[in-house]
Amino acid sequence: MEPHYSLVYVFLFYLFGVIALASALTFVTRKSPVAAALWLVNTMFSLAALYVMLDAQFVGVMQVLVYAGAIMVVFLFVVMLLNLGHPSELAAARGTGWKLAAGLIGLGLLSEIMVIARTKLPEQLIVPRDFNEQQLQKLNVVGMIAEPLFKDYLLAFELTSVLLLVAITGAVVLGRGRAAGAR
Amino acid sequence: MLAESLALTAALFIIGVVGVLIHRNAIIIFMCVELMLTAVNLTFVAFSRFYGTAGQVFVVFVMTVSAAEAAVGLAIIIAIFRHRQTINLKDINLLKG
Repeated sequence: MEPHYSLVYVFLFYLFGVIALASALTFVTRKSPVAAALWLVNTMFSLAALYVMLDAQFVGVMQVLVYAGAIMVVFLFVVMLLNLGHPSELAAARGTGWKLAAGLIGLGLLSEIMVIARTKLPEQLIVPRDFNEQQLQKLNVVGMIAEPLFKDYLLAFELTSVLLLVAITGAVVLGRGRAAGAR
Repeated sequence: MLAESLALTAALFIIGVVGVLIHRNAIIIFMCVELMLTAVNLTFVAFSRFYGTAGQVFVVFVMTVSAAEAAVGLAIIIAIFRHRQTINLKDINLLKG
């Protein structure tokens, strides 16, 4: 089912995977929000590299622009706006009992996902092996995503605009504050 | 590389879940949720190699939802901070009775 990969490819894949995993572990153990955000950016970048290696170049670019760029900047902006870098705010992690329970829940979920990942996938859904390359030849990198997005998933795409409108309205209403809302 | 991608996804997702459980800082919890969403995107991309490019379209949708979620969630955090001067979840217990 899977094509043969060169040794360099496999090595780079594992390298970026290990970087992503290590950054995520460092991210989750940080107490300072700024340090956590920067480690999360590192995770996002390694994942973008993995997307490019998995023949999803456009998604990789979107990952860097939208996640590592826009969303994380908004997070850092809020941290700095609320002035949350103080040491008093940093000691906010939960106690040992909570951490133990969280580790147990994590292990349980992990084993559950691993069991699910072993299920056999339906063969008739699998496209021919060179299908993606053909699409790439025919439509190039952006068109490969744009064509199903604007043909098969047009309704979902249009509904996404409604979602964004609702999100913008909600953010403005919530961020406006009490003084303006009391009127 | 499908199996490796799925294992990495599972590990990143679980790290996100554990982060949500062990932290009390609302902003870090939000970032953990973002990590979980990103981890799932890796599954979509890995499967899109065998099941056609539709998986990458789903990634675009997930990114949109996560951007909207970040906008609204951070607005909520700012509103809570303005109201209570803290984002420590220990102090936000109005529903506790």
